[in-house]
Amino acid sequence: MRTFVLRRMLEAIPVLLGVSALTFLLLQLAPGDFLDAFAENPSVSAAQLDQMSRNFGLDRPWAVQYALYVKNVLLHLDFGQSFSYHQPVFRVLWHGMGNTLLLAIAGACVTWGLALPLGLLAAARRGTWVDRVLSIGSFALLSLPEVLSGLLLLLFAFRTGWFPIGGMHDLDHDRMAFVPRVFDTLRHLVLPALVVGLVPLAARMRQMRSSVLDVLRLDWVTTARAKGLSERDVLVRHVLPNALNPLITLFGFTLGSLLSGAFVAEAVFAWPGLGSLTLEAIQRQDQYLVLGAVLMASAMLVAGNLVADLLLAFADPRVRHD
Amino acid sequence: MTDGVATTAGLSPAGRAWRALRANRAGSVAGTVLLVLYALAALAPFLAPYDEGDMDRLRFFHPPTPVHAGGWVEVTRPAAGAVNAYEAVPGARAPLRWFVKGAPWKLLGLVPSDRHLFGVDAPARVYLFGADAMGRDVFSRLLYGAQVSLTVGLVGILISFTLGLLLGGVAGYLGGWVDTLVMRSAEVFLSIPALYLIVALRAAFPAHLSSRQVYVAIVVVLAFVGWASLARVIRGMVLSIRRAEYVLAAEALGMSRARVLVRHILPNTASFVIVAATVAVPGYILGEVFLSFLGMGVQEPAASWGNMLGAARSVSVLRDHPWLLFAPGAAIFVTVMTFHVFGDALRDALDPRQESGGRP
Repeated sequence: MRTFVLRRMLEAIPVLLGVSALTFLLLQLAPGDFLDAFAENPSVSAAQLDQMSRNFGLDRPWAVQYALYVKNVLLHLDFGQSFSYHQPVFRVLWHGMGNTLLLAIAGACVTWGLALPLGLLAAARRGTWVDRVLSIGSFALLSLPEVLSGLLLLLFAFRTGWFPIGGMHDLDHDRMAFVPRVFDTLRHLVLPALVVGLVPLAARMRQMRSSVLDVLRLDWVTTARAKGLSERDVLVRHVLPNALNPLITLFGFTLGSLLSGAFVAEAVFAWPGLGSLTLEAIQRQDQYLVLGAVLMASAMLVAGNLVADLLLAFADPRVRHD
Repeated sequence: MTDGVATTAGLSPAGRAWRALRANRAGSVAGTVLLVLYALAALAPFLAPYDEGDMDRLRFFHPPTPVHAGGWVEVTRPAAGAVNAYEAVPGARAPLRWFVKGAPWKLLGLVPSDRHLFGVDAPARVYLFGADAMGRDVFSRLLYGAQVSLTVGLVGILISFTLGLLLGGVAGYLGGWVDTLVMRSAEVFLSIPALYLIVALRAAFPAHLSSRQVYVAIVVVLAFVGWASLARVIRGMVLSIRRAEYVLAAEALGMSRARVLVRHILPNTASFVIVAATVAVPGYILGEVFLSFLGMGVQEPAASWGNMLGAARSVSVLRDHPWLLFAPGAAIFVTVMTFHVFGDALRDALDPRQESGGRP
């Protein structure tokens, strides 16, 4: 098991190198650089511009810049300086990553927390109006992209006043005690988490439904019923654990869409995460911040896939001994 | 199913799929709706009473003007003492007129005309779905926006899937270092969450482009996003197909490898590719919507569903002028839903083995 994890982590290094090279190349293709804003400013002299260009390393050929970047990352875990924040990139991104992870996990809770019981319900009531309503409802949700559900929830928050309309904290967050502070963050989290979680819900629910139906066809379900177990016990104690198995694989696949969903939710609800930082960095042409942000997002995706594989190996011994 | 086999025995695979699709009611309806949507987009300048950039400085944020029975709308004027509020002029009616003269346009860029399906006499205005912050007609902009939003995804998917098909095919068929190179690159692309990749790709283009250049830029961006996952699947399929007897036979007959790949191997992936493309269309359309929503895509005054949605972002607009959200929102919702239904029906018709699961 340990070699499996180690091997997968080593395999991730060339992939992430590729991600950084690709992103770097794209940023080099973009016309202009961070200093353009200063070049238009009459109070900044040409000599100062040269000085800044040299300080940021922007005067060197891009291959040299990239080689230096990779060297610094690999040897010192130094992801460079953010031009606009005047801080190490990693320090700028750290909070954003945490916030995005929080949002993605909350979104996953929404998805799975609703998909499992609803999928089970739809399968247990197959062919009835319950099943049909759930199927139509999930189809409608599938067709409601994050941008749209985000704006609709924003409208909802605004009309009812039940939820804040953006950001992550109230203004007086720092002066609150611990419990109200957690509550404050949760209140801000609800709507963005719904945005992230509702789109993948439809697919997960359908998969749960068909998985439960597969299990319900098996002989031992008949046995369980024949020995007089209530339908509830059959479903919850026997069918549910077995139906979950094939869904474990899907757990990892959803991470990519969760991160993309979080990107949209962050944009709509001004949630201070990695996506918001990426957009801001791109607009300011803050080269190393963009590079770092895309790299971190990819690292989260790769790590998530690793966790998914581990879960699978945990559930299915054949994978472990491969 | 047994009846179906009997009656379709003499048909080509395409003919059989067509018949299966026609037999699927939801699929037929969805297909018709899609045709209508694209027809609306193509005829936008004729169906729209106003040009997409036609402003009215006296009617910022004008609410929708309902059409009354008998075909007339109320004539309105700015309400005294209030901003962006309007009141009906008592007793004044502006009858809807058919085939009116208006701004000149060209059908598909070729046939010139200045007739519009309907309109009202100036200075009154008909705003079926209300007006935006510049007093422009939302209904007209929705139609013009469809020209961008409905096509950009299709063109993007065409390029991206061709790329994925060829690269995956070559990787699977040739193997060796080509395979390694293509699959490693695909892995890199797949490791970046889609929207991060989209904005990073967009960043490689200048921020300010003409509307035509933006269109090309968005197509290029979308083309680079989807190829990797398709290439991976196609490679797997090609690996199994290339050992088939008819492939060996073609090779033994001395056919070139390119010809074997294009004529004998890739056609066998066709039904999968067509279904995968249809299912993927909404994602591509939403790619444009998201870019334009963020202000990185289609720029004002040109309309796209994305930048119309972006205009509804602010709290004050959501509060006072919700039609700016509902009009493009409904258009996007209907389009995405229709493509999903159509994709499901197509999958059942072309490739019954695939399980329907919705978005990956």
